[in-house]
Amino acid sequence: MATRAEPRQATVISDRSFSFLANARKEAEQRGLFDVPIVDCDCHVYETTATREIARYIENPAVRRPFERYSEAMIMHAMMPGNLGDRNVAGRIKTDLDAHLPTGKYNGVHPIASGLLHSMDQMAIDYAILFPTPMLTLGTHPQPEVEVELARAYNRWLIEQVLVASPRIRTLAYLPLSDPDASVAFVEEFADRPGVLGFMVTAVRYQPIHQNRFMKVFAALNEGGLPLAFHSGPNWSDRPFEQLNRFISAHALGFPFYAMVQLTNVVINGLPERFPRIRFIFMEAGQAWVPFLIARLDNEYRQRSSEAPLLKRLPSDYIRQMFFTTQPFEHLRSAEHTRTVLEMMDGRHSLLYSSDYPHQDFDLPSQIWDLPFLTGDEKRDILGGNAMRLFGLPAPARTPSSQ
Amino acid sequence: MADQGVEYRICPLNQLPEGGGVLAVAGEVEVGVFRVRGRVHAYENRCRHQGGPVCTGEILGRYEQVLNPDGTVIGERFNPDQLRIACPWHGWEYDLETGRCTADPGYRLRRFPVEVRDGDVFIRV
Ligand code: FES
Repeated sequence: MATRAEPRQATVISDRSFSFLANARKEAEQRGLFDVPIVDCDCHVYETTATREIARYIENPAVRRPFERYSEAMIMHAMMPGNLGDRNVAGRIKTDLDAHLPTGKYNGVHPIASGLLHSMDQMAIDYAILFPTPMLTLGTHPQPEVEVELARAYNRWLIEQVLVASPRIRTLAYLPLSDPDASVAFVEEFADRPGVLGFMVTAVRYQPIHQNRFMKVFAALNEGGLPLAFHSGPNWSDRPFEQLNRFISAHALGFPFYAMVQLTNVVINGLPERFPRIRFIFMEAGQAWVPFLIARLDNEYRQRSSEAPLLKRLPSDYIRQMFFTTQPFEHLRSAEHTRTVLEMMDGRHSLLYSSDYPHQDFDLPSQIWDLPFLTGDEKRDILGGNAMRLFGLPAPARTPSSQ
Repeated sequence: MADQGVEYRICPLNQLPEGGGVLAVAGEVEVGVFRVRGRVHAYENRCRHQGGPVCTGEILGRYEQVLNPDGTVIGERFNPDQLRIACPWHGWEYDLETGRCTADPGYRLRRFPVEVRDGDVFIRV
């Protein structure tokens, strides 16, 4: 009779504590993703954790003083436009950002950079393009000078304190579109700074970007052949969303809503015809809205082309020349339907992988790698190739941790 | 219990809190071991969404909305008889007794056989 093997003793962790991204590394290793160049085109810093540092870069003393004196909570309350909504579903979702920072691996660099490099290493990301978090609401600040002052200070701080840590960390510098003259000055000041790949405008704003006063900004970007990204967001307090009673609703509709408003104005007013060297990017609104907008605009344009007299082609022809970040990647119930969405927006060429880490709906690179209908080359393009060509990034040096 | 795989001793049953559990490293595999209404369940610590550490998540009763017969809402409450675990990465919720994703039951956590012998909990992986 066979004797039963002696059981082994498992290691037991009574409090179920964990390393937040350990599983991300396992997922990447299983797929061999450390051998694939990956550019994360949208990840975030919580810049309000560094308000004292950023304060030193604020020129206007009236704007600077609260940042020198107030707590982070007070600054969020008093200085930033509201961004209502419980991202973490009453604590079900964790954003355990700081608990597992590496010890010693990135000595001497800013803690925000070391935390970011650690998370990039866990997710097999070679380059990360960094954006702020609370400041994404600044486009709605009633004082344009506050947007300008904070944006300038944030850009300078990011470049000098964070990007300097590694050529793996880049940014699209914040452009305070509320003030067109200041925006032009920003293009002059920041376009050639190390780590800056282009510019970003927050999509939640209410200045019609087609007005003549903004053309000097687009002309400056066009002259440099610079990428311009519209980073979307929700605004539950905005009038169309007031009738929605759940954050899931405001969040699901808000991101594509503001992206659609900005993209529609860009296309219908012929900005790609006027400024053909600008590479437009629309960020953090998923993908499914793009075929929807293509259908709507093409159909209307066939009926009312005299309302868009600068266009020489169908709206979809312009849209298919633009770029879109992947997160949150929307898996339809049928992979065939997802494939159709990507085909309609020329996803192989237009999609740029983005994690949105550390926000609550972040995507690992596996979200793209596991798509059953993409070829290996198509996966590599979306995960990194498209971004490396768009931004002129060199092939990544493999990091020690990835080998 | 099917006599396949390697058997691991987890802990005495009385150290598994009712409505809670522990995380265990059994060889190469991380497993969440939970006790619900007296029964023990073991799941791989790998979410079906993006592989997140699901077994480290919050355990909560199902959140449900209570209606009047006319369709009006009376209110909302946690139901302690239907425990769920929420993955800490993006919040996918799973029924703690079946391992099924509550929003989309086609997704199910990988489950391991459990045996309680002489007051101790064993799993086979
Ligand atoms: S990995 Fe678990 S919810 Fe996304």
